[in-house]
Amino acid sequence: MSLSGTLTATGETRPRASAKPVGDRVLHALTFASAVLVLIVLGGVFISLIQGSWLALSTFGPSFLSSETWNPASDPPVFGAAAPIYGTLLTSVIALLIAVPIGLGISIFLTELCPAWLARPIAIAIELLAGIPSIIYGIWGLFVLAPILQRSFQPAVIWLFHNKYWDVPGLDKLFAGPPYGIGVFTAALILAIMILPFISSVTRDVFETVPPVLKEAAFGLGCTTWEVIRRVVIPHTRAGVIGAVMLALGRALGETMAVTFVIGNAHKIAASILAPGTTISATIANEFTEATGDLYTSSLIALGLILFIVTFIVLAAARWMLHRMERQGR
Amino acid sequence: MAGTALALRRRARSKVMMGLSIASAVLGLVILAIILGTLLYKGVAGLNGAVFTEMTPPPGSQGGLLNAIFGSVVMTAIGIVIGAPISILAGTYLAEYGRYRRLAHVVRFINDILLSAPSIVIGLFIYELLVTTMGHFSGIAGALALSILVIPIVVRTTEDMLRLVPDTLREAAASVGTQRWRMIVSIAYRAARTGITTGVLLAVARISGETAPLLFTALNNQFWSTDLNAPLASLPVIIFQFALSPYEDWQQLAWTGALLITLSVLTLSIFARMLTAKKAK
Repeated sequence: MSLSGTLTATGETRPRASAKPVGDRVLHALTFASAVLVLIVLGGVFISLIQGSWLALSTFGPSFLSSETWNPASDPPVFGAAAPIYGTLLTSVIALLIAVPIGLGISIFLTELCPAWLARPIAIAIELLAGIPSIIYGIWGLFVLAPILQRSFQPAVIWLFHNKYWDVPGLDKLFAGPPYGIGVFTAALILAIMILPFISSVTRDVFETVPPVLKEAAFGLGCTTWEVIRRVVIPHTRAGVIGAVMLALGRALGETMAVTFVIGNAHKIAASILAPGTTISATIANEFTEATGDLYTSSLIALGLILFIVTFIVLAAARWMLHRMERQGR
Repeated sequence: MAGTALALRRRARSKVMMGLSIASAVLGLVILAIILGTLLYKGVAGLNGAVFTEMTPPPGSQGGLLNAIFGSVVMTAIGIVIGAPISILAGTYLAEYGRYRRLAHVVRFINDILLSAPSIVIGLFIYELLVTTMGHFSGIAGALALSILVIPIVVRTTEDMLRLVPDTLREAAASVGTQRWRMIVSIAYRAARTGITTGVLLAVARISGETAPLLFTALNNQFWSTDLNAPLASLPVIIFQFALSPYEDWQQLAWTGALLITLSVLTLSIFARMLTAKKAK
């Protein structure tokens, strides 16, 4: 009994389950059922999406993934998911390329440079960015950011890689005009702003797990602040940083409203990242209520299924990395 | 001499990187300021009494957002009423009865994934589950979609907050013969009350701005309606519709709605944080 002393609080030392008081049996059953419900919800989402997308997947087969044709008006209608899948991946990757360095910069500033009294308000302000609903980013992106990009940034890059003096091979296609304002790049930029707080707050948490002794030792050897971060802090927290990036990627892949406003909703794969495109979530948001015919609806649900599977894998990997980090920290 | 040059170069590189790091923080703050500034500037211009007393207008006439505000409040409230108790119970299982069980590990993992899962997929799920079986869009379907978004947030905070309650309290209760459920209800819940409230408030903040799961569950409604069995307007969906319309008065209402939503969401989340911050001291 003395060994199981710590277990008395968990009730494990009671001899038989039937000896438990009624109140315990009721509360235990209720909480157990609620916990199982979380699993049922996830299972239900999977099953209903598979069920809903069955018609489309059985009609088109594997070509649903590879075909770029999205033509609800033809007879019979043809649906292929290649363009939305491409748009989803491309916007998310560009968003990460922009947001990861800036997010890391913010958390380095907060953990290494900023005086303690200032760190908390700044961290809260950055996290407010995560609290702003995505529709607000959408309306702001469409009416504020897109016109600015259209007037200044986009004409500048287009000129930079393609003008009467020189052409930069490859890049002139990647940054080909005309400057629409909206498009893949604008969507990626909005996504970058939206995932920034996730990256900075998670990496800040993992940076703080680095034992001060390690950093002090490195400083003692004469390392500069940057060298301490580059050679001690980041290697020590690598799993956590990767986890944070994956978490942000999961968010970016599934983000809907902000992207729907600014991506231009064009079902094609363009060489230029300034051109309009579409993503899985934007396609569903735009077309679902107007979809006529079972095959159209089913194809949109199939898009949802693809998105859910991809984000599930990315988020599971993120959690696994962060979990590893936590264990290592102990 | 070479040594000094190297030292200078190393120090210069460090200075540059630290400068970039400060610049990142400034950039983040500037973006926040610009977004909030635009919202205030554009939103306040349309802010008047009619916004809160009149219905959404047809294009080209005056009106307000009353039906949308009502719909949002109702669906958020129902979403919380359905989602919060289930989540608190599930969080209790994870922290108390099932803490080290295999099931708890699985639920924790799945819950963390649901926390970041795309909300539009939840909309599709409820569409398949309710809208196709009932045959029409409805406010209750919207509320149910929101309640699913509540679950992962509240489960997570409830578990975290219950685990902050020291085990010595639990052991003390057990040692004087308190039954387990009494200990949970009267001691653990009481100690974790503020934290759990914070979780619920954060969930309210999250779902009151959600658009994607409502698009094809609650749909939208231009008129006053309190019927939960019929399509129901909501502020985010009205903003979506009005902002993308070509009519200037609709766009103005969209900005005003955006300001209202952002202010309430941010106030809620700051308030929720303050609750726990005070507790920490």
